Amino acid sequence: MAEAKFRYIATKRRPKEDRRFLAGAAQFVADINLQGMLHAALVASPYSFARIKSIDAKVALALPGVHAVVTGAELAAATEPMMSGLDAPKLFRWPMAHQMARYAGEWVAVVVADTRAIAEDAAELVEVDYEPLTPVTDPEAALDPASPAIHPEHGSNILFRKKWTWGPVAEDFAGADRRLAFRARWHRSSTVPIETFGVVASWDHARQLLDVWASIQMPKYPDQLARALRLPGNGVRVHFDVDVGGSYGVKRGLKHSILAGFLARKLDAPVRLIEDRLDNMRGGDAQGPDRIFDMEVAFTNAGVIRALKIRALDDCGAHAGRAPLQLGKPVGAICGPYRVNSVEYEAISVTTNKTPQEAVRGFGQAPTNFALENAVDRVASALGMDRIALRRLNLIRADEFPYTIPSGSAYDSGDYHAVLDKALAAGPYDALIVRRDAARAAGKLAGIGVVTCLEPSGGNSSFEPLFNPKNDTTTWMEACSIKVDAAGSITVSMNTTSSGQGHETLASTVVGEVLERDPETIRVVRADSLSALPSNSPVGSRMAIMLGGAAAGAAKKIKETAAAIAAKKLGVAPAEIDYADGVFSVRGEPGKKLTWQAVCETAHRRFHELPDGMEPGLQAFHVLEVPTGGTLPTADGRVQMYPCYSFESHVVYAEVDRVTGQVTLGRYVVGHDCGTMINPDIVHGMTYGGVAHGIGAALYERFRYDDQGQLLSGTFMDYLIPSSHEVPDIAIVDHCTPSPLTAFGQKGSGEAGYLGGPAAISCAVNDALAPLGIFLAELPMTPGLLGDLIATKQK
Amino acid sequence: MSSHAITVTINGRVYRATVPARMTLVDFLRDELRLTGTHVGCEHGVCGACSIMFEGRPIRSCLMFAAQADGASITTVEGLAPEPGGLSVLQDSFWETHALQCGYCTPGMLIAAHALLMRIPNPTDEEIREAISGNLCRCTGYKQIVDAVKLAAERLSGKNQNG
Amino acid sequence: MKAAEFDYARAADLDDVFRLLDGAQGEAKIIAGGQTLVPLLVMRLARPTLVVDINGIAELSGIAADETGVTFGAATRQIDALEAAGVARHAPLLKKALALVGHPQTRNRGTIGGSLANADPAAEIGLIARTLDAEIEARSSAGGRQIAADAFFTGAMSTVLSAEECLTKVRFPVWPGRVGTGFEEMSNRRSDFALVAVACQVAIDKAGVCTRIALGVGGAEPVPVRASDAEKRLIGTRLESADINAALNTLAETLDPLSDVHASADYRRRVAVHLAARTIASARDEARA
Repeated sequence: MAEAKFRYIATKRRPKEDRRFLAGAAQFVADINLQGMLHAALVASPYSFARIKSIDAKVALALPGVHAVVTGAELAAATEPMMSGLDAPKLFRWPMAHQMARYAGEWVAVVVADTRAIAEDAAELVEVDYEPLTPVTDPEAALDPASPAIHPEHGSNILFRKKWTWGPVAEDFAGADRRLAFRARWHRSSTVPIETFGVVASWDHARQLLDVWASIQMPKYPDQLARALRLPGNGVRVHFDVDVGGSYGVKRGLKHSILAGFLARKLDAPVRLIEDRLDNMRGGDAQGPDRIFDMEVAFTNAGVIRALKIRALDDCGAHAGRAPLQLGKPVGAICGPYRVNSVEYEAISVTTNKTPQEAVRGFGQAPTNFALENAVDRVASALGMDRIALRRLNLIRADEFPYTIPSGSAYDSGDYHAVLDKALAAGPYDALIVRRDAARAAGKLAGIGVVTCLEPSGGNSSFEPLFNPKNDTTTWMEACSIKVDAAGSITVSMNTTSSGQGHETLASTVVGEVLERDPETIRVVRADSLSALPSNSPVGSRMAIMLGGAAAGAAKKIKETAAAIAAKKLGVAPAEIDYADGVFSVRGEPGKKLTWQAVCETAHRRFHELPDGMEPGLQAFHVLEVPTGGTLPTADGRVQMYPCYSFESHVVYAEVDRVTGQVTLGRYVVGHDCGTMINPDIVHGMTYGGVAHGIGAALYERFRYDDQGQLLSGTFMDYLIPSSHEVPDIAIVDHCTPSPLTAFGQKGSGEAGYLGGPAAISCAVNDALAPLGIFLAELPMTPGLLGDLIATKQK
Repeated sequence: MSSHAITVTINGRVYRATVPARMTLVDFLRDELRLTGTHVGCEHGVCGACSIMFEGRPIRSCLMFAAQADGASITTVEGLAPEPGGLSVLQDSFWETHALQCGYCTPGMLIAAHALLMRIPNPTDEEIREAISGNLCRCTGYKQIVDAVKLAAERLSGKNQNG
Repeated sequence: MKAAEFDYARAADLDDVFRLLDGAQGEAKIIAGGQTLVPLLVMRLARPTLVVDINGIAELSGIAADETGVTFGAATRQIDALEAAGVARHAPLLKKALALVGHPQTRNRGTIGGSLANADPAAEIGLIARTLDAEIEARSSAGGRQIAADAFFTGAMSTVLSAEECLTKVRFPVWPGRVGTGFEEMSNRRSDFALVAVACQVAIDKAGVCTRIALGVGGAEPVPVRASDAEKRLIGTRLESADINAALNTLAETLDPLSDVHASADYRRRVAVHLAARTIASARDEARA
């Protein structure tokens, strides 16, 4: 599918939604101001593990302006526990601690007052009597059956543990020329959007309806909120026309929303709960994967990687949530872009007394890619072989697609060698080698990272049944509806929020493409959850595929209907109608034609001119099932995880200061193939941002805890997000291998950059440190860590 | 707690209000005046989302109390456009290069860039990066923002009449 | 993150400041730029009953620079100090440090005196004050006093100032002769507080021999410190690499650095020595030029 055939797709077009953000006229949740709105502030546990003996709110309630103090016990009695993604019926989680506080910062009580300041005043006056318990903070210690159980009813700190063997792993290891093993450590970081999570809930007792505005990015959010609040699904109306100030996975404040909804009903008043930054970092339950990989690789003397054994131990924090499932998505790309004959994968999720995790960009794939790419570099190093040659040898070839990996997922398409070559050429790699070697000759530590990584896209949920056999979900659909009015104006309705991905541009571009109408003239609106068609929200790099596909499907139905109307008016069969540039004409008789407006007007006003059986008006909707979706995992855990596989190759130059350990990034190139780009500026923007986020995870960002489970990096003074100084000028080289599975050949790209960035930077740093005999597979590589490590080797 | 009568000129309009001592300037702008274009990201002076022009210079409005702004002249993102309903050259340049995604840091970023261009009409990349270094963006990796500021500088200096 | 309740008063003049401070039974805080105080207030780590605003007091801002010294009113904005020609000419070391204080937007509001009074261990201005033996003037209803920089800082975020005193001026003496300066800091991100910062000013005679040197280290210990032993060893040398390295051995032995989430004590010690060598060399080169 050549890009040239598109009219609007793949061309530079100003994103539709940008204007309101630039004018300062967007509507974020904190901008919503309802009559009589009350404000909530939280009482948080100072202990990482403690029994709550009593809570006394008398003094707090006496403060003028305070409306209520609600404890975890009251909330637990009135709501259903939140669901985890596991088959673990005795794991209970409510929005606030009930009986036990399991991490420092966990909400114990909430205060509602006239202003946030008064609510904070009162929160200080709530007296909680705790009995401190011995916390578990080391994930390996949590594996010990003797470690104190954080969820005593569950009986163990192991939330999930399973080993899959796909293919003849034992034989491949036994028969390999060489084997190596190492440990890789991905410390806890997250996406940390600049907007914290917030929610406003308002109970309308006359209509028995809870209205909710939230900075949410979450599948099934309205359903889960209603369920927890013991309301029917149609008793909650979530407004999706709230602009979300960044998410990248984590904006899933179900607990905040349950609490706000409960309070709104209890007080019969609108209640606003907006995290401040301290709430967000500590008690927002939005930290990310925290993983120890034990990697084993079997390979031949010629450099062919035969088999992998991967053991991934993830410290999910105090509550399971969906964190264990972040060990699941990587099953769909467990061997990366490489031809590997067999794989063993053991996934272990343990609970500790730390803040819970939420889904982070890539849902576990970025840490996995980091471990895989370091494994590939280690193989090259062990063989004395060039890293790039080794990758070329093992990368799946363009003529091998669709390619099914041992864990059962088929990769749709790609040309990995071509993208790698483009990235190297853009370096240019040879010049970087010259620069590196000159720097080394001058006594510096300089290195180059070259990685090749996958971005599984399309947001299926196959890890759910894989990790919980009682969950037989096999669809992760997305919908879109289109209305055309009597004057021919097109309004597209989508069914979820956006957090910067440009979905209004996506939907209008796709619909404009199909209907050959200028996307500028197409309005995109958002249904609320009661008027919405099914959606699974913008997770898993899925919206270009799924919303794009649903919008295209609906637009095609509109076009068919309009063509049928035109055919009847022009007295020919629908098959004889051509449509171009807003004109329906009879094939071979260009003089016999009708304009788009005329057809639309007929649809709305002249029933007598419509084909028999046709509904009046001009509207359509389409609900798209995920391509390749719809099936359950096999008994041995093989599964088609995501439909589409985007690919990226990073080439990065880095220097490491011998004394300070500071890493300075130089040239940074990303070769990127996500199939057809609906809007290149949007795709590039997300990729630049993904690299920046990857730089943070690789070099700066870490949620640190002391051994008592106290968070040590709970502000922006010590959780270090890269600024404009830390992100180099990044060059992207595009390549387009269309997906055969999607409407326009598009794949996902919302996680681009982040999926290869940490891997690339770690490989560059390791190349720089290699002359000292240092190999370090641990992120983030902070100056303090590298400086001390280099010092030990130089003594 | 004391309360204070203040008079502030914001985007050319004079506002009079009585504020409690502990109310920050950003909370005053957002919650009292409903000028919600200015955002709150950290409330401790690191992220820059609350940046405004205060007496002609960009500052963080979370690090001031409203009572301190008595008599001051302020410009917020809502006041950057030369006419109501329009966009400034800088805002339009942000649109042209897609220098935003979620839009949350954008008002602060615009203020930082606006202040830079007032001071240095043709900034270098390094000067642009320094000027926006106190404004954290989680979406863009800053590249398209730097491009936007360069484009705006070109347009404003007449080098790029079309772009 | 909303501050606990407090009263606010905008002082018209210094007498007004003293009256307000005296009336608050030690529970008042002075606000100038607010860049350090406001975060402490909204996190409720500081809980004064009264916040006294000194921004409107004309005599507290302004810069006077001549061949003998550069004097700042305490409420002088950092940006004004950074851009003042007199500072560039007479206090080049301070100018180098000011460029690394926070971000453009915090420099626009933050003040010279506020940075000193808040006494963050890693603050650049305090380090320069200590390095150049600045004289700090504090006044109260009981009168005024001059405080030498080496007696000013008493610990992390604490100084000798009493709750009734207002820091009013700081004077950075200017050295005569052929002078060169060097400033280097190591921070995680460029705009962060330094893990270690080193400031150096040297004076050399016509033969290139060091006649005077000040070497200060910030961020390593709870207060900025001077490398006095190293300074003594360097006077009388030509500040060649061997001289510098020999002198810095004593710094490595005498420095007693902090350890925190960002860096170990050993790390800070190594980096302090490393940066000290560079700043001395660049100060020397500047003096020779």
